[in-house]
Amino acid sequence: MNIPQPYLDLAIKIVYLVGVLLFLTVFALLAVWFERKVSAHVQDRLGPMETGKWHGWSQTIADTIKLLIKEDIIPIAADKKLFRLAPYVVFIGSLAGFAVLPFAANLIGSDLNIGVYYVIAVTSLVVIGILMAGWASNNKWALYGAMRSAAQMVSYEIPVALSLLIPVIMAGTMSMEQIVHNQAGGFWNWYVFRTFPFSLVGFVIYFWASLAETNRTPFDIPEAESELVAGYHVEYSGMRFAIFFLAEYGNMFVVSAIASTVFLGGWQAPFPFLEFIPGPFWFIGKAMTLVLIQMWIRWTLPRLRVDQLMHVCWKIFLPFSFANLLLVGLWVVLVG
Amino acid sequence: MMETKELNIPLGMTPERWEKFNLVSRASGERMTLQMGPQHPATHGVLRLELETDGEVVTKVTPYIGYLHRCFEKMAESVTYPQIIPYADRMDYLSSMNMELGYVLAVEKLMGIEVNERVQTLRVLVCELNRIGSHCVALGTYGLDLGAWTPLLYLFQAREHILDLLEELSGARMLFNYIRIGGLANDLPNGWTDKVREFCDFMAPKIPELNDLLSYNKIFIERTANVGVMSPEVAIAYGVTGPNLRASGVDWDMRRDAPYSGYENYEFEPQLGRGEFGQVGDCWDRYIVRVREMDESLKIIRQALDRLPDGDVKEKIPRSFGKMPVGEVYISTEAPRGELGIYLVSDGTNKPYRVKARSGAYCAVSALPAFSVGVLIADLVAIVASIDIVLGEVDR
Amino acid sequence: MTPEQISQQLAADGLSVTYQDSSPDPHILVPVESLIDVAKMLKEDPDLSFDSLMCLSGLDWPEHFEVVYHLFSYKYRHRVTLKVHCSKDNPTVPTVSQIWPTAEWHEREAFDLVGIKFDGHPDPRRILLPEDWEGHPLRKDDQPPTHWHDIPLTPQPSIIADDGN
Repeated sequence: MNIPQPYLDLAIKIVYLVGVLLFLTVFALLAVWFERKVSAHVQDRLGPMETGKWHGWSQTIADTIKLLIKEDIIPIAADKKLFRLAPYVVFIGSLAGFAVLPFAANLIGSDLNIGVYYVIAVTSLVVIGILMAGWASNNKWALYGAMRSAAQMVSYEIPVALSLLIPVIMAGTMSMEQIVHNQAGGFWNWYVFRTFPFSLVGFVIYFWASLAETNRTPFDIPEAESELVAGYHVEYSGMRFAIFFLAEYGNMFVVSAIASTVFLGGWQAPFPFLEFIPGPFWFIGKAMTLVLIQMWIRWTLPRLRVDQLMHVCWKIFLPFSFANLLLVGLWVVLVG
Repeated sequence: MMETKELNIPLGMTPERWEKFNLVSRASGERMTLQMGPQHPATHGVLRLELETDGEVVTKVTPYIGYLHRCFEKMAESVTYPQIIPYADRMDYLSSMNMELGYVLAVEKLMGIEVNERVQTLRVLVCELNRIGSHCVALGTYGLDLGAWTPLLYLFQAREHILDLLEELSGARMLFNYIRIGGLANDLPNGWTDKVREFCDFMAPKIPELNDLLSYNKIFIERTANVGVMSPEVAIAYGVTGPNLRASGVDWDMRRDAPYSGYENYEFEPQLGRGEFGQVGDCWDRYIVRVREMDESLKIIRQALDRLPDGDVKEKIPRSFGKMPVGEVYISTEAPRGELGIYLVSDGTNKPYRVKARSGAYCAVSALPAFSVGVLIADLVAIVASIDIVLGEVDR
Repeated sequence: MTPEQISQQLAADGLSVTYQDSSPDPHILVPVESLIDVAKMLKEDPDLSFDSLMCLSGLDWPEHFEVVYHLFSYKYRHRVTLKVHCSKDNPTVPTVSQIWPTAEWHEREAFDLVGIKFDGHPDPRRILLPEDWEGHPLRKDDQPPTHWHDIPLTPQPSIIADDGN
């Protein structure tokens, strides 16, 4: 049987896409359960315990089924086309980031030589989706949430991009696969420790700015549950709400995965003698650790007000990112 | 007309710019009218606030109440004096004991009943326990409104202990019907005082824990300091009392300055707002006054346990209310949300002629438009949470 | 200062008030026409200094309506009770909201529940009951409406379906 190469490639890509979608769904299910458990234990209670007998592991599955069989409600004065389209735009923005995540040495959707650039560009699609959702809902509170979110996400993309440029400078390439290859040999080679302390600062700024990108506390003013009752997705229920949820958790994974790829060595093991454990384990493990820290922060801190959020971005993160970038650049040029 | 409206100018804006901003945005017709509530997570009950906003800045606030009006005053005219106590419970349902105490003291003054020391001490004990429980809810929901989900659950766990204690004592977790005219419903169960002491030991380290987690958290301070400053003049003019008044710097606590039910025998310090992180009378002050008041209530509880005398709690309860003296009385007590004023008019029959309840939260909501203009919507949420209202008390 | 002394001071200033020794709380009866003057005097006189209106209640007596003011002074820590009577056919009392702003809401409540009108009030509308409610519930002769916007307000006979449920 002689299948032409292009069709074979296409088939492999489709399998990869299905695999990623499956991974994303399973991850979201697990992450929601995990978040509920983490929040419960932080708050000195137990969390889901009933569904699934062992610590309620199938609680999210039950919730998803519930969401899927709910009535499809669209507000009568809403803009129906935009209302229907918005969740999918947000989802696409978060799914597209998976294309350049290196799960293992040869396990990557597409090894673009502008991988980092692509990721920054594509995660900003989410802003459009959120604005669509807020506007189409025909609800003043949703509009508030959407406006705040748009302002927040667009502003925080700058510190994100500047911090992501630091490993790019150190690696000399924007290809994600190449960046991970350069961090081989043990955790002291990871980019977060290379140009110490500047890359550490870069990592920290990236982490906090990405919290703002994913609308997580302390930057969750767009969906401030106690002020705007879910903000831009207040009018969404059932399947559409499930897609928003999926997109949010997918986004969390994507930003954690990017952080672990460019700063923490991706699928590389922290010690050379541990390299027998396959790459995907390290990659997903590191991303999950960062997701856990995101959840931990959510349940500990109160949220910033929108003008304070902007102040933090433009007057604190931005100057630090610029200075950081400059100093890393100088280091690389002078020291090599 | 007396101008007591204070414009809270947003940080970074000078008064001149604010004036100009006000004129321009009013002329450009870009103000949006928004309804916050009555179903809203942040209004602490069914309160409706009609906001006029310009972008995120609130330019006018109009509170609409009455969504929880359950005709306390009308019903009180058609039932007998002891039967009103469960209705009084339901006014401020988070601190029912204080509501009962206010009403019962009014009736006792009318009838000229003087209860014995045991009754007085026990009344103080349960009222202070209820005060701590009420502040737990107030502070927990305040954190929740600002995005800090966790302190709520820690405080509610402490509150569960209080509710367990009070359930053992009176049979109910929230609406007790325990303080009766002339005494109490029943005496203490065996071992109850030891459990209260255990609770005091459990609660004492929880307050520093709350301080570590929330009170001195930089983000929390940023959200609440210098926000919603209520000056003492505004507070007194609008009849604001209780912790809100003390946070604005006015040193008045009925328990110390006009004591009732034996409060003169206890040593405690009413806490004042000192403007530690901003101006005196801002939201942070109103928050920290309640935190420190929980400490003071623990002190009072320990003192009450130590001095609990023997006696019969039911000895002065009148056998019948058929013949009541004709007259009228006004009694004020310090409830956790302000001063509860009960004005009772009796015409000699076994049912009151008129009962008027004046609650602290009613006046606090009425003061809201005066000091929350010019803030951002997110600040308005912080302000409404800081004045600690319970709509049961506002609407009765 | 005791209420008796306060009423004596007010009388000395030329205001015709009557001190009544009702028990257990005495009060000062003020004629409607001099309410504003009395209120201003109580607030502004440096020896009286009643800066806070604690409670304002409306009452419905058989022959007249009554408005009761409970005042408090943070400076001197004394209290006094004022009473004002008004007629049943035209229950109007001047507003004191320009003297004590807290009266705005208390007077709205008195209007809402008892039906006493306050002359010069900046915002005279109902506060606790719906805006289009008819009647004033705390009047002794008030009959509540049977329906409000097609919602029955009295217990209705229960509906029994054909299968006995």
